[in-house]
Amino acid sequence: MSDLEHFRADTRAWLEENCPAAMREPVRGFDDLYMGGRNPEVDHPDQQLWCERMAERGWTVPQWPREYGGGGLNKEEAKILQQEMARLGARRPLESFGISMLGPALLKFGSEAQKQEHLPPICRGEIRWCQGYSEPNAGSDLASLQTRAEDRGDHYIINGQKVWTSYADKADWIFCLVRTDNSGSKHEGISFVLFDMASEGVTTRPIKLISGSSPFCETFFDNVRADKRNLVGEEGKGWAIAKYLLTHEREMISAFGAAPSKSLGAVAVENLGSDASGRLRNGILRHTIAQYQLDALAFGATMSRVGDEAKAGQGLGAASSIFKYYGTELNKRRNELNLAIGGEPALGWAGDVYDGGATSRDWLRSKGNSIEGGTSEVQLNIIAKRVLGLPD
Amino acid sequence: MALVLTEEQMMLKESAAGLLAQKAGLAQLRALRDAGDTQGFAPEVWQDIATMGWPGIAIPEAYGGLGYGYTGLGLVLEQVGRHLSPVPLQSTVLLGATLINELGSEAQKQSLLPAVAAGELHVSLALQEGPQHAPEDTALKAESAGAGYRLQGGKCLVLDALAAQQFVVIARTAGVPGDSAGLTAFLVAADAAGLTVEQRSLVDARGVGALQLDGVEVDASAVLGEVDAAWNGLSRSLDIANIGLAAELLGVATEAFERTVEYLKERKQFGKVIGSFQGLQHRAAELFAELELARSIVLKALQAVDAEDPQLPLLASAAKAKLCEVAQRATNEGIQMHGGIGMTDEYDIGFFIKRARVAQHTFGDYNYHLDRFAQLSGF
Repeated sequence: MSDLEHFRADTRAWLEENCPAAMREPVRGFDDLYMGGRNPEVDHPDQQLWCERMAERGWTVPQWPREYGGGGLNKEEAKILQQEMARLGARRPLESFGISMLGPALLKFGSEAQKQEHLPPICRGEIRWCQGYSEPNAGSDLASLQTRAEDRGDHYIINGQKVWTSYADKADWIFCLVRTDNSGSKHEGISFVLFDMASEGVTTRPIKLISGSSPFCETFFDNVRADKRNLVGEEGKGWAIAKYLLTHEREMISAFGAAPSKSLGAVAVENLGSDASGRLRNGILRHTIAQYQLDALAFGATMSRVGDEAKAGQGLGAASSIFKYYGTELNKRRNELNLAIGGEPALGWAGDVYDGGATSRDWLRSKGNSIEGGTSEVQLNIIAKRVLGLPD
Repeated sequence: MALVLTEEQMMLKESAAGLLAQKAGLAQLRALRDAGDTQGFAPEVWQDIATMGWPGIAIPEAYGGLGYGYTGLGLVLEQVGRHLSPVPLQSTVLLGATLINELGSEAQKQSLLPAVAAGELHVSLALQEGPQHAPEDTALKAESAGAGYRLQGGKCLVLDALAAQQFVVIARTAGVPGDSAGLTAFLVAADAAGLTVEQRSLVDARGVGALQLDGVEVDASAVLGEVDAAWNGLSRSLDIANIGLAAELLGVATEAFERTVEYLKERKQFGKVIGSFQGLQHRAAELFAELELARSIVLKALQAVDAEDPQLPLLASAAKAKLCEVAQRATNEGIQMHGGIGMTDEYDIGFFIKRARVAQHTFGDYNYHLDRFAQLSGF
C-alpha cells in the first residue's frame, strides 16, 4: 500500500469511529452551522464534540501548519480527507471567519508571535472573529474609511463606527481596518489591527434586513484600547492586507453561484406542467430558465477550469476575476426564478404552510450578494482596469 | 477530466496560430473576396495545411490520421475563427471525415479516410433544404432504381460546395418529413450525371453552394452505412460539428473583442480615450466575463466528444447556444464601439460580424439549440 492509501484507510477508520451520528445528517440551513466562540450557539451537543475531536487532529483546518493547530496535510491528503468525509456525509466541524478570512491573512502577513497567539484558538473554535471593514461613508469606496486609531505609545485608542459587520454581536474578536494617518493618499495610512470585542467602549447594534434576519451589525468604538502587538503588518500598510482578504471573501460569496442540485426546469415542469412534446407550458418562462441553466452550466465549467489550470501550474488566470460578479448575479437570477416558478407559496413570509418563508427570504437575502464584498459595479471596474487595462 | 490543455495541445494551438496568421488570415480572405473567387480557399495554402497533417487531426491513426482527437481539432478551429481563415476544414475535416467515420462501413472508412487525412479528398455534407436547420424535415427523395437508387431534390448551405469531390447527401428512403427514421446517407460524386452545383454568395464571402439533384443515379455501394438508419450517426456528427463551430465562434468572438478593447484604448473623444468612460468599461467587462464562460463550455464539450460522454448532445447544444449568444454580442459591440469606422468595408471589424452570423446559423442557431438544450434537460 502506498502512503496515500494508508492515509485513506486510517482516515476512513478514524472517521467511522469518531464522527457522531448526528453530524452525518445534512446541515439544515445557515443557522445549523457550528461557528464556535466563547459562547457558542449549539443546536446539538454533538456539534461541540465533533469539533473537539477534529480539532485534536488539526482537521478543522486540514492544510494549515501543525505548529499553529492545523492538520499539516498536503493537497492530496486534504482531498482524501474531504472524500472520506463526503463518503460518510460528515459535516464540516467548524465554520468561521477566522478560518476563511483572518487565518490566511495572518499566515501571510502576521508575525510569529501573532500566529502563535491567534491561530490555535481559531483551529479549536474557541474564538469567533468578525470583520470590521465597511463604514457608513466607506462602502464601495472602502479606502475612504475614517475610523481613527491614535498612537499612545504601546497601544492605540480607537474611535469611529463600522457597519455591515457580520455577526459582530456574537463575535469575540474583530480584525479591523483603522486610519492611523490622514496625511497621504486614501490608500495609505490604513492599518490592520486586532482587538477583543469585550473591550470597554465597543457596542453593537444588529441591523434587521429586508429578509427579516439580522446577520449584520452596526459597531461603535468609543475610546477602545488596542495593544500595538496586535497590529498586523506595518502601520499604515493595511490596505494590501485588506485587498488580500477581500479576494478570499469574494471567492466564498461567488460559490453561491453554483448550480442547484435539482434542475429548475424539472421543478417548473412539476409545478406548471408540460405540453405533448415535453416542453414546459409557458414558453417565455422556459426560455428564461434555459438561459439561466445554460449560464449556470458554463459558470460551473469555468470554476472547474480555473481550478484545474491552477493545479496544472498554469497560474490563476484572469477568469477568476469574474467569479464574484458572475456568481452573485447568477444567484439572483436563480432566486427570481424560484419566485416565478413557485407562485403564491413562494411569496409566503411566515408559517409552516410556507416553510417559514424560506423561498422569499432567500430571494431577498440574495439581493445583498452583489453588494457585499464589493458590488458588481466595483467588480466590473476591477475587470475593466486590471484585466483589460482600460485607463482611468 | 481536467479542464486544461495539455502541452501537446498548446503547441498545436501555437503552430496553428502561426501558420494561419501568415498564410490564411483576414488579408487572404479579403483578397479572395475581391477577386470573386468561387472555391473559397487557395489550393496552395491547403497544401501547406495538409503537410502539417491537420486534415487528419481527428481521424484515427488506423485510417491514416494523427488521432489527436476533437479537442485538438477544436483548438485549430478556434484559430481559424480568430484569423477568419478561408480554409475548408469545417466542410471536409469537421464534417466530411466525421460522417464517414460515424456512418461508414469498415471498407468505406479504409478507402476514404486516408485520402481525407492526406488532404487529397474534399467531402461536404448536403443536408439543409429550407431556410432553417431542421434535419428531421429532410424531403429529398431516394427511390430504388435497378440495383441502386435515384435521387431527386435540392439542398442548400453546402459548405465549400465548388471544391468538394464527393457529397454526403442526406435523403429520405422511408417515412415522411418530420421522421428521424427513414433517412439514408449517400455518397454522390461531384461529377455525377444530373447533379448541378451552384455557387451561392453569403455575407461571409466563403465558399458555399446549393445542389440540385435531378434523377441522380447511384449504386447501392454509395450508401454510407445502413439504409433508413442514418439518424444516429448523422445526429452525433452534427453534435460534433456544432461543437467545432462553437470553437470557431470562440475564436471569432475573442478576436473581435480584443480588437475592440484595443480601439477603446486609442480612440479619443472629449479630450480623453473613450476606454476611460465607465459606460463602455462595464460593457467590455461584462463581455469579458461571458467570453470566459464561453471558453469553458467549448472545452468541456470538446472533451466530451473524445471521452464518448453520454451527455454529448446536451453539451453540444449548450456550447453552440452559448457561443451563438456571445459571438453575436461580441460582434455587435465590436461595431458599436468602433463607431462610424466600424461600418466601413475598409476596416476589418465588419468581417467578424459577417462570419459570426453564418457560423451561428450553420446547423442550428441560438434558438434551435437553446430549445434543444432545454428539451434534453427535461423541460
